[in-house]
Amino acid sequence: MSEIRNELKYLPSHEWARVEENGSVTVGISDHAQQSLGDVVFVETPELGSTVSAGEEAGVVESVKAASDIYSPVSGEVIAINEALEDSPEQVNESPYDDGWLFKVQPSDVSELEDALDADGYQNAVEAEE
Amino acid sequence: MGQKTVLYNLHQGAGGKLVDFGGWDMPINYGSQIEEHHQVRRRAGVFDVSHMTVIDVDGSDARAYLRTLLANDVARLDHTLGKALYSCMLNPEGGVIDDVIVYRLDNCYRLVANCATRDKDLAWMAERATGFDVTLNERQELAIIAVQGPEAISKVQSIASHAQANAISGLKVFTSAQSEGWFIARTGYTGEDGLEIMLHNDQAPALWQDVVAAGAVPCGLAARDTLRLEAGMNLYGQEMDENTSPLVANLAWTVALEDPERDFIGRAAIEQQRAQQGPDTKLVGLVLRERGILRAGQNVSIAGGDTSGIITSGTFSPTLGFSIALARVPRTIGTSAEVTLRNKQVPVEVVKPGFVRHGDALV
Repeated sequence: MSEIRNELKYLPSHEWARVEENGSVTVGISDHAQQSLGDVVFVETPELGSTVSAGEEAGVVESVKAASDIYSPVSGEVIAINEALEDSPEQVNESPYDDGWLFKVQPSDVSELEDALDADGYQNAVEAEE
Repeated sequence: MGQKTVLYNLHQGAGGKLVDFGGWDMPINYGSQIEEHHQVRRRAGVFDVSHMTVIDVDGSDARAYLRTLLANDVARLDHTLGKALYSCMLNPEGGVIDDVIVYRLDNCYRLVANCATRDKDLAWMAERATGFDVTLNERQELAIIAVQGPEAISKVQSIASHAQANAISGLKVFTSAQSEGWFIARTGYTGEDGLEIMLHNDQAPALWQDVVAAGAVPCGLAARDTLRLEAGMNLYGQEMDENTSPLVANLAWTVALEDPERDFIGRAAIEQQRAQQGPDTKLVGLVLRERGILRAGQNVSIAGGDTSGIITSGTFSPTLGFSIALARVPRTIGTSAEVTLRNKQVPVEVVKPGFVRHGDALV
């Protein structure tokens, strides 16, 4: 059983997106994803200031077991990256929705998130995989 | 739905993530594999290895039979009851059928082989027993529990009977003893001190629970793999297989050629390989100090453009904090090489296979 947060949007590739009060979008990977990956040891975030595109590769999360590409749920400029993950990559496992966030985007078009899955949609996607 | 050891329910109860391993449902981890790894290096971890194959070889020709079957020489056990020997079992072409540990017990030799190779090992051993007065007795009723780490032995002694604790006190490394239903070997697959205990399936759950209550942390197969790789130990099926000579798997030291009268299976092929300047590849260790993880199957290239090297096992080393690997490479390799990771070339150091010893970095 994995935790799925109701207020987030999700991609079928297991990234989540949270729209913050100031309009930026925080991105991370779901509890299901971190469970599948196992212990995370390296996180490659997009470069600060770079541009990401919705549905395109934006980084990599590498566990002892496997490397997994991270896709951005939205297009825009990367305005923050979680530097704490350099020394504590295990935060992705321990707190995938909070301290384990990966990067923040200033979206060029936040309506792109309407194409993403809501919590129920993501739940179905996860169950279909199992 | 694979085979289950008698500890299956305990693994489930401890949160074990069960996966198929050679036809058995085994725990890959109980939570963080990195934490389990650290526990073994710092204190004590406990592993269920009951899926492995145990075969007792007895009869008046047992010694002679094993001296033909195995590349290492069981005569090395003649002077010490309970002593262990690590050996390859070769085919006539000098390829490795399996790697095993053999113990000399007072009434037989006990051979412990891998799980995935069980059927072919048993068939091969039976076939090669023709003409020898031996019986092969697979001990399916025995469970095997490994307790490994600097505190492993003291934890086992704390829950053992008086006689068992005494037997353990007398154990030298790579020897075994039997006491009150336990076969206790001071052996392991982690590079740490510790014990591997064989006992009847019926007694195994109680031993597991007692050892856990004494503070040994349940550890799964994922931690087992990072531990053995740090220790520079081979895994059959990765570092060697039936098409691999021990001479290119860092196992030349396990092939005993001193007695010219001992004609073991594969001897002629090995001697021929050695005669022609030896094979042109060898097994080395690789260290990647930059970010990234070395993985089995990745290409290794050396100065001069030879790109034939290949990683046989790779992982992240929890003790060292970077990635390590074993690789089969040209003998001419120097002290550095390059590995092709997912989308780039990274520089690696070439070292002897063995990265951590008794918790300390060797690289």
